[in-house]
Amino acid sequence: MPFSRQDIAQRAAREIPPGSIVNLGIGLPTLVADYVPPEHEVWFHSENGLLGMGPFPYEGDEDPQLINAGKQTVTVVPGGSFFDSAQSFTMIRGGHIDVALLGAMQVSQRGDLANWSVPGGKTLGIGGAMDLANGCRRVIVLMTHVSKQGEAKLLQECTYPLTAVGVVNRVITDLAVLDITEKGFKLVECAPGVSPEQVRETTGADVQR
Amino acid sequence: MSQPQSGQQRGGEGRHRNKVAASCTEALAGLNDGARIMVGGFGLCGNAEGLIDAVAGSGFRDLTIISNNAGNMGKGLAIWLRAGIVSKVICTYIGNNEDLHRMMAAGQVEVEIMPQGTFVERMRAAGAGIPAFYTPTGVGTVVAQGKEVREFDGRKYVLERALSGDFALIRARRGDRFGNLRFWRTARNFSPIMATAAHTTIAEVEELVDLGAMDPHDVHLPGLFVHRVVEVREHEDPFEYRVVRPRPENQPS
Repeated sequence: MPFSRQDIAQRAAREIPPGSIVNLGIGLPTLVADYVPPEHEVWFHSENGLLGMGPFPYEGDEDPQLINAGKQTVTVVPGGSFFDSAQSFTMIRGGHIDVALLGAMQVSQRGDLANWSVPGGKTLGIGGAMDLANGCRRVIVLMTHVSKQGEAKLLQECTYPLTAVGVVNRVITDLAVLDITEKGFKLVECAPGVSPEQVRETTGADVQR
Repeated sequence: MSQPQSGQQRGGEGRHRNKVAASCTEALAGLNDGARIMVGGFGLCGNAEGLIDAVAGSGFRDLTIISNNAGNMGKGLAIWLRAGIVSKVICTYIGNNEDLHRMMAAGQVEVEIMPQGTFVERMRAAGAGIPAFYTPTGVGTVVAQGKEVREFDGRKYVLERALSGDFALIRARRGDRFGNLRFWRTARNFSPIMATAAHTTIAEVEELVDLGAMDPHDVHLPGLFVHRVVEVREHEDPFEYRVVRPRPENQPS
């Protein structure tokens, strides 16, 4: 049975070493925080100016001036801090963030990332995506293996506008976990009940074992 | 307007006297058609709501917005869009701002989108007297098109220019009459950087306090970056996406 969204988030949480600084992208990656044990002391960074982001507030505690990069109300944990956007992107671009977990529309076998624009679609904007992809020490992509239309999203070359070139280290999908190596995609593990053949058939590039 | 001008006026008073304005409209003196206006805030969080309303009612038009977003749900800078006084938006993210999507599609507003880290660094550079800088962000993407790309120590970087404005409209939790400011939580975001990059920075403070009432250690932005101060006590502070958890019964507020 392929991974559900929750399974992907749970699997991704295992990628986060205790005591690290992590930025979670909008969408599927935000679910990952729920699966990181508090005793691991992982610090969540939000690029709008918050380190030490906590869970959503209890009803009645919400503050419109305490939000995450998705503009949702959040909380701050003990030891957290607020800062301006220049310092926030000094953290990102300067290589001070250990792991970025990002959503994507396409990833190429060289680690190129496309996650901000669909040709012909409505442009939502770039936001922090390009800085996060270029600046974070390890970039892990969380996404479905194929599009809703059944098209491959892991490709030899991305066809959508790029976010960054050669930055993705690992991809976690509903079917498999794959690394980007010098030889292209390498299968790390399959979701329960999914065969390597199934992963190969749904990937638009060679998959090394 | 490439550089903030010297504040020294020979024989007169420096521009750091009498900064407190009685109203938002008075604080906006000198605003003109075609002005390039930086507006602090991450979405609707940290907007100078009083100044935004006053600009909408000023009658000036053909404005350029320099802000991370351009409002949402008809609030914040979407008020300017709906008033038809904006000709250009320089931002990083549009999201679900239907007003901007509609006006973009109709060709009524020109939109320039850039990476958020580049956006803020361009303003930081302008405020720090640095005309341009190299960043890894955007290399190999549409962002780098038409720009110089140069290799340092085996990695490629794109040359980006400083970004300045005529006015910066920012919001702070507390301020004094010199313009020393203290921000609140994630409402700080771009405001202290914009303050350094604009010719005239106007701070809307929720509480105007006496000189010395703020401990110098607690000043987030020194007053020399602020040229006018106006006190606005009440704000709507709309939620953009209010997300809460039910409170467990053993967790009192």
